[in-house]
Amino acid sequence: MLVTLTIDGQQVTVPAGTTVLEAARSAGLHIPTLCYLKDINEIGACRVCLVEVEGNRKLQASCVFPVSEGMVVRTNSARVREARRTTVELILSDHPQDCLTCLRNQNCELQKLSRDLGITQVRFTGKKTNRPKDESSPSIVRDPNKCILCRRCIAVCSETQGVNILGALERGFDTVVSPAWQQAIGTTACTNCGQCVVVCPTGALTEKDDTEKVFDVLSDPTKHVVVQTAPAVRVALGEEFGAAPGTIATGKMVAALRRLGFDRVFDTDFSADLTIMEEAHELLHRLNSGGSLPMITSCSPGWIKFIEHHYPDMLDHLSTCKSPQQMFGALVKTYYAEKAGIDPADIVSVSIMPCTAKKYEAARPEMDSSGYQDVDFVLTTRELARMLRAAGVDWSRIESEEYDAPLGISTGAGLIFGATGGVMEAALRTAYETVTECELSSLDFTAVRGLEGIKEAEVDLNGTKLKVAVAHTLSNARRVMDAIAAGEVDYHFIEVMACPGGCIGGGGQPLPVDNEVRQKRIDAIYQGDRDMPIRKSHENPAVKALYEEFLGQPNGHKSHELLHTSYTKRVVLSQQTETKAETAQSEVAVAGK
Amino acid sequence: MAAVYRSHILVCAGAGCVSSGCKAVQQALIQGLEESGLKDEVRVVETGCIGSCDLGPVVVVYPEGVFYQRVKPEDVSEIVSEHLGKGRPIRRLLYQRPDSGTVHEKIKDIDFFHRQTRVALRNTGLIDPAVIEEYVAREGYQALGKALTELGREEIIEMLKQSGLRGRGGAGFPTGLKWEFTFKAPGDVKYVTCNADEGDPGAFMDRSILEGDPHSVIEAMAIAGYVVGAEQGYVYVRAEYPLAVERLTHAISQAEKLGFLGDNIFGTDFSFRLGVRVGAGAFVCGEETALITSIEGNRGEPRPRPPFPAVSGLWGKPTLNNNVETFANICPIILNGPEWFAKMGTDKSKGTKVFAMAGDINNTGLVEVEMGTTLREIIYDIGGGIPNGKKFKAAQTGGPSGGCLTADHLDTPVTYETLQQLGSMVGSGGLIVMDEDTCMVDIARYFLDFTRDESCGKCSPCRIGTTRMLEILERITKGEGREDDIDQLEQLATTIQEASLCGLGQSAPNPVLSTLRYFRDEYEAHIKEKRCPAGHCQSLLRYEVSAELCRGCGLCAKHCPVEAITGARKEPYTINQDVCIKCGECLERCPFGAISRR
Repeated sequence: MLVTLTIDGQQVTVPAGTTVLEAARSAGLHIPTLCYLKDINEIGACRVCLVEVEGNRKLQASCVFPVSEGMVVRTNSARVREARRTTVELILSDHPQDCLTCLRNQNCELQKLSRDLGITQVRFTGKKTNRPKDESSPSIVRDPNKCILCRRCIAVCSETQGVNILGALERGFDTVVSPAWQQAIGTTACTNCGQCVVVCPTGALTEKDDTEKVFDVLSDPTKHVVVQTAPAVRVALGEEFGAAPGTIATGKMVAALRRLGFDRVFDTDFSADLTIMEEAHELLHRLNSGGSLPMITSCSPGWIKFIEHHYPDMLDHLSTCKSPQQMFGALVKTYYAEKAGIDPADIVSVSIMPCTAKKYEAARPEMDSSGYQDVDFVLTTRELARMLRAAGVDWSRIESEEYDAPLGISTGAGLIFGATGGVMEAALRTAYETVTECELSSLDFTAVRGLEGIKEAEVDLNGTKLKVAVAHTLSNARRVMDAIAAGEVDYHFIEVMACPGGCIGGGGQPLPVDNEVRQKRIDAIYQGDRDMPIRKSHENPAVKALYEEFLGQPNGHKSHELLHTSYTKRVVLSQQTETKAETAQSEVAVAGK
Repeated sequence: MAAVYRSHILVCAGAGCVSSGCKAVQQALIQGLEESGLKDEVRVVETGCIGSCDLGPVVVVYPEGVFYQRVKPEDVSEIVSEHLGKGRPIRRLLYQRPDSGTVHEKIKDIDFFHRQTRVALRNTGLIDPAVIEEYVAREGYQALGKALTELGREEIIEMLKQSGLRGRGGAGFPTGLKWEFTFKAPGDVKYVTCNADEGDPGAFMDRSILEGDPHSVIEAMAIAGYVVGAEQGYVYVRAEYPLAVERLTHAISQAEKLGFLGDNIFGTDFSFRLGVRVGAGAFVCGEETALITSIEGNRGEPRPRPPFPAVSGLWGKPTLNNNVETFANICPIILNGPEWFAKMGTDKSKGTKVFAMAGDINNTGLVEVEMGTTLREIIYDIGGGIPNGKKFKAAQTGGPSGGCLTADHLDTPVTYETLQQLGSMVGSGGLIVMDEDTCMVDIARYFLDFTRDESCGKCSPCRIGTTRMLEILERITKGEGREDDIDQLEQLATTIQEASLCGLGQSAPNPVLSTLRYFRDEYEAHIKEKRCPAGHCQSLLRYEVSAELCRGCGLCAKHCPVEAITGARKEPYTINQDVCIKCGECLERCPFGAISRR
């Protein structure tokens, strides 16, 4: 059913149930917002999107106010402007306003809003929120003083990710977004996925910035610093320098990394191909030997921590393969060191990831199979951009360069790891040809591509029907896990990525992001795949050489030592937390009496 | 067959009387009757709040209706032997008018009681709330029976609409319309909720009803369930009301036993169950969407309306939410007809309203009067006026969400409309009376401190705006007010009213706006002259020695703890204002009244 209303004198016809905000946007009228995040956070809390609706005494939040036939709306009256302005000034009056030294400087929604509304002074002053920064997590930093309590992080953590570790605590002016009982975030069941950072409109949630540490090693002449770049970084980094979403910037990125002083620029796509070799063989082994099925991918460190906390009894479903980042790290300080004749103690291994959880993954104690910490530093796409700006690299003029051999040689299959469904597709390309010994007529498994939350497909492997599923976001992963636990599905192989859209939508990627941006990055990934001369992991010559020269065979002894891992059972609430909860409850009970 | 007694002695066990020691009196009565062998003739009944809280512990002896005030356990033996034994009332325990000194023996002769019209409080203070038979004996559950067996759903809605009953929780929304919206809302599962999260400081009518007459709410909720099509109801009671929770829970189980709740009530196919949900101390949970969110088990925060609870409430289902006092009015309307109810009150404000009188007033307590009664009648005729011969200055109605009324408004009939026009509201019925010593800036600060503290923190105008307003008010009362502070207060108040998400924020600035409207000069005196006209704000007080009256005895200087007073003997002394800590010691010591405070 359609509804016609008048917004600022303009007739607008939209479907019933549309909000005034969306109706205005469809008519090209811009109403400013702050807490609103379409489909994720529609709670009318910040009161910035206020409008006048005739017949209503009070101003209404357009992001939650439904249209009705004949409604008359004013989005820009003096009354609306004054209320909006006062509200934003109030928000600013409880904000440090230290834009110049904030990681989100010039990419902050509050800053932009203040500028858009023409706020040149804050009339109101008074006490400000003064709470300590939480730097307990290796991935995420939370600064409650910059928080404007829009609650997007709460919504994305609980709804999109189903992790639910953030909530509003205390009340009124003392309200703070925090894990329960003000626990440090690093001690909780946080998966480090960083989606809270992605949706935060201000600098209240950021990645842990490791750029200074990397600058330090780059300027240390005794260190041989190598870098790997994850597939999803190249299709997003350009956005940091004004390029349209979906711009492929591989060559510029490689060149820029050399300008920064990295001794070798390698590609995680190489180890993604290696992951496929290991994982496809692991799957075939499980299928043939009655191993635990379905087998689930293990590339996404947010997903790994999630399953460890929430499904600790189902860890045998996880592939034992390390993620491409960690396979790469293990090889750099063994295979590469040997080949290049460098003492692995002098090698510093840096990775550029679209992901905040990779920082946590690199720091896991078991990730030392080379005899050293396999990956020393993890930088997100945003941090790399920060380094490039600090180093004065002129992105617009830098000329493309090629990766270094051999760990920079890769295939289209390695590249598509960056998009949801990509690992599955790459694995299917290799598994199919390995089992059937026939060449695939079409390499494109389109059923597993795209932004739909859970995708399913069936592939015929010489008469064996292989049932596969792909899930992205942790709440979709939870749905799949619950279905497995309930015996409702009989998949053989499942790909799970923690972030919406896969790694291209990771917690370390350029901001802002929405599904349109995610889709463009995905398109760029598949474009890159089509452009690659080799598109199957098992045809990667550098990977073949690696097996011949060093590893032996997939899933062989050396592979298991270097490329496979084990997992840790975890709980959602620690015992200490539960004790705290009981104390809190008994306090409430006492207060109640 | 219940035993028959010749006399019932009612002991008020409302909150006020419990605080003043009624339990000991009750115990003494039981013991006294036992010892004197009267226990089979006289029954001690523990009732809900009788209303005259400052006179507690209160005891009423029926059938004659003799009213005893401020009874102590040591008075009991005399009551038992003289009154109950020999029929001679104890004169010294009777009520005496503070103005004329006239002594009244019977409760019906006391102004405080006979000027009231009790509908919602019809049973409170009269029956034993723990005995369902006492409620039934007072026409209890007849309305439910009539509704289920004689009346159609739409007929009841029509009755409520005709009665003119409006929500007693604050906003005054027509109750019949609310029932109709929920009735008409599509949905198989619907709910009825009762708002018993009474949070206004000083208001306790809902508590008194739940403690003194819980079945009146249970019965009305069952009728509401029948009308809107709900089989489940919840009463949301604040945790600070443990006795209300206990009595209500007990009453629900009694009603279940007798078949007034449960399956196939009165042999019809209507089934209804009630649950009690206890709040966790947040004022905002009195806002209906926050209350619903809290019942769902979430942090009690309001959500945007529309959708209204009638369409999408508890767990997304159509939900009828009424306040305790509103529900308490339902059964009499069903039994006596809407015309009976509509005859009381004014054109647009029908029926009665319970007010909780507090502050500078002789008779504090709960009173129920017809809508349209003037403030003067409530404060002076029923409330007994202002104590200590002080002058009336203002009355705050509607609690922290309301505003103040001045002496100019004493003859205004109290209705939803008139109070709103004057910048205040009926609200839940809190009535705080203030005498001439009250600083209106400080009163505004007090109420804003409350709402700021109770802001849930969800929306920015309320969360930050009330904090900023409070900071301004605090500095004004400390004598640090700035020239543009009144402007800032007004700017903030306007935005907070217009932009806040829920009623808490939208009404939070009311006390400031209404005091600015009627007592702007007091704000200006604080800011410009650094003076508190009421002599209340400590930081602004000034002690001065009158040169004419001072005899130069030096007593003041001798007792000043900070040596702020200097002077030569036989000469007028002076106070160094920079050193003075405003302790008031000099004022008390001066034998000649030469020291003034202003």
